[in-house]
Amino acid sequence: MKTLLWLQAAGCGGCTMSLLCAESPDVIETLEDAGIRLLWHPALSVETGAEVLTLLNAITEGRQVLDILCVEGAIARGPAGTGRFQMLAGTGHSLMHWVERLAPRAAHVVAVGSCAAFGGVTAAGGNPSDAVGLQYDGGHSGGLFAPDWRAGGGDPVINIAGCPTHPGWVTETLMLLAAGEEIALDGFSRPRFYADHLVHHGCPKNEFYEYKASARELSEIGCMMENLGCIGTQAVGDCNIRPWNGEGSCTRGGYPCINCTAPRFEDPAHAFVETPKVAGIPVGLPTDMPKAWFMALASLSKAATPERIGQNAKADRVLVPPTLRRPK
Amino acid sequence: MTRLVVGPFNRVEGDLEVALTVEDGHVRRAEVNAPLYRGFEQMLLGRDPRDALVITPRICGICSISQSAAAAQALAGAMGLEPTPQGAAMAALIHAAENVADHLTHFHLFFMPDFARPDYATRPWHRRAVERFTAMEGGAQRRAVQARAELLHVMGLLAGKWPHTLAIQPGGVTRAPGLREKARLGATLRAFRRYLEEVLFGGPLEEFAALDTPDALMRWGRGDVGLFLEIAADLDLLALGRGSGRYLSFGAYRQAEGPVFAAGVWDGAAGLLDPAAITEDLSHAWMTGGAQHPFEGVTVPDESMSAPAYSWCKAPRLQGRGYEVGALARQVVDGHPLALALAGGGVLARVAGRLLELARSQPVMEGLVTGIVPGEAFMVQGHLPRSGRGAGLVEAARGALGHWLRIEGGKIAGYQIIAPTTWNFSPRDSAGVPGPLEAALEGVAVEGPGALSVQHVVRSFDPCMVCTVH
Repeated sequence: MKTLLWLQAAGCGGCTMSLLCAESPDVIETLEDAGIRLLWHPALSVETGAEVLTLLNAITEGRQVLDILCVEGAIARGPAGTGRFQMLAGTGHSLMHWVERLAPRAAHVVAVGSCAAFGGVTAAGGNPSDAVGLQYDGGHSGGLFAPDWRAGGGDPVINIAGCPTHPGWVTETLMLLAAGEEIALDGFSRPRFYADHLVHHGCPKNEFYEYKASARELSEIGCMMENLGCIGTQAVGDCNIRPWNGEGSCTRGGYPCINCTAPRFEDPAHAFVETPKVAGIPVGLPTDMPKAWFMALASLSKAATPERIGQNAKADRVLVPPTLRRPK
Repeated sequence: MTRLVVGPFNRVEGDLEVALTVEDGHVRRAEVNAPLYRGFEQMLLGRDPRDALVITPRICGICSISQSAAAAQALAGAMGLEPTPQGAAMAALIHAAENVADHLTHFHLFFMPDFARPDYATRPWHRRAVERFTAMEGGAQRRAVQARAELLHVMGLLAGKWPHTLAIQPGGVTRAPGLREKARLGATLRAFRRYLEEVLFGGPLEEFAALDTPDALMRWGRGDVGLFLEIAADLDLLALGRGSGRYLSFGAYRQAEGPVFAAGVWDGAAGLLDPAAITEDLSHAWMTGGAQHPFEGVTVPDESMSAPAYSWCKAPRLQGRGYEVGALARQVVDGHPLALALAGGGVLARVAGRLLELARSQPVMEGLVTGIVPGEAFMVQGHLPRSGRGAGLVEAARGALGHWLRIEGGKIAGYQIIAPTTWNFSPRDSAGVPGPLEAALEGVAVEGPGALSVQHVVRSFDPCMVCTVH
């Protein structure tokens, strides 16, 4: 059995709420099945108050083995570096202080969600609480811990970025860690099993994208890249390959991907639901797409847009069905 | 007299610390501290007003849709826009699904596990409580986690994902369901009804919703609800942690014809709600400035965290008085006879209010699905003014949630949020009057190392601390 401690730092708790949406099997059975024993989770465990303090002290003093430490939420360093914007209740110490003491005892440290990974929404708009991620400050390596910091098992902090995280991203990371597998990480320390995909992959609006048949307003079903701020062609995540809550995703819900798996997504320097443009041309290219080719292909495909696709893009449902081809 | 600091206080959403002054084994004075400050009201200043729909849901992962709904309504107010009837209905369905899921989470994951503790080993119901409600092992808990995940398929169909959707907009919702979505939503809700009737309630929801006296309630005797009621009777949970009997609701699920559950106040008699009479008192919050209506309010933290303040939470008052909010308050204000008979009650009243609302919300959700008319408009477009203001007053699972937005020069110039637990877990005000939880804890017996009675009272409010301070 591998032991797991879960702490909630400065965040919304939404990654835990999302984790509870795990299905087939549910999250509790998944953890059991993976051989993970939950030492404590703030939302799930019965232990409270002094019982928790006893456990935390046992870990920091090396009397309780800790295999995996999950931290959800950013580390609030303010005011003035004291960490007092988040005190761990009943302990007289900041959560920052506790993470600093607990993390060196863990074989693996997992940042659950974009707040824990990079600062995320907790660091938005001037960052009132001086929040950082565990090992990143936005896109810069080095947060609460220095860039060369390593957990007991030799890995850097594993960043399961996302706002919130998909339950599968978390359960699969934990299953792999419990099984002793090495998890390949990308340049922001995110597990490659989901970060090697783009949100664009499997997006139901792909045909609209191919022809640049664009929605003008939210609720129209066309591609949201040109006008509505969608950056699914740049955002990492398998959101449209494995669905959320049964069969959903942001773009399936009719609203743009806001790149929530990326550092600094919280402050895009424009309205989230509006694509910034220069001389009428959208800024921002699909990942790995050369600009000249994109421009050429976009203008060509736009000119070639079939009537069906052009009409549907500006409606809130499919108005024109595909033309049937009858067998000869 | 001894001073007892209870924390980390878990199985509540977010960070909570309760400091008790204990005399002769009973709480003489309680101080509730929300020990996390993130500064959302500061973050929003200067942003495009539409960004509120991205930022405010992320205040809270458990009331995320409620925050969306409040932000959308505040924006709609500033835009002079009303959602289309079908859009409002789908926003209500999405919102009700979250509130129902939250009630389920509270009962099974947060509240009931305490009754499986060995402290109660001598009680006649303890063995059954262990089987059903033990944290992460109890049969009721595990079944509830599955039922909740399946109910939230409503989100996958209508809201993209949960939490943190952008589907709810000032003019309606971004996804227009068709006939096949309608069929699938119906199937999802019927499966959820089967769970509620076969497992949680052990009987027809309409029968539970028709209970009109506490005696009839206590005779229910079926399902996990019956086990809870048996425990509640044995431990006299009605008398534990009594409330003031003063309740407030902004009205839940606003439709063109009015909210599904009424807006108003209750103080022994029904009264009208006047949102203009709401102020936030800062005397015991680590905040600088004076008491203001939220349209004028500012959020400037006192980084020195000076006494006499003891919390990041402001103290909201209506006409100078504190109010209890939540499912019980909603059902009292809506005039349900059982809720009215329980008004002023303690732990049992709050939990029963939630169960009553669960039973009453299922038919509401089913009716919203039946009412879907594919082909109708689910969203209307509007334009943001360069300057203006709007309020979004909604009901989260835990009670009244308000957003007050001011726009100047096309940007957010003011954004103030009062969350349900800001009301319930308010610190004292300038007159020294304690908040609802603080008052409810006074006189509670403090026994055993965990002070279990205190735990029951605190959790009976279903606090959401991440919303409280934001």
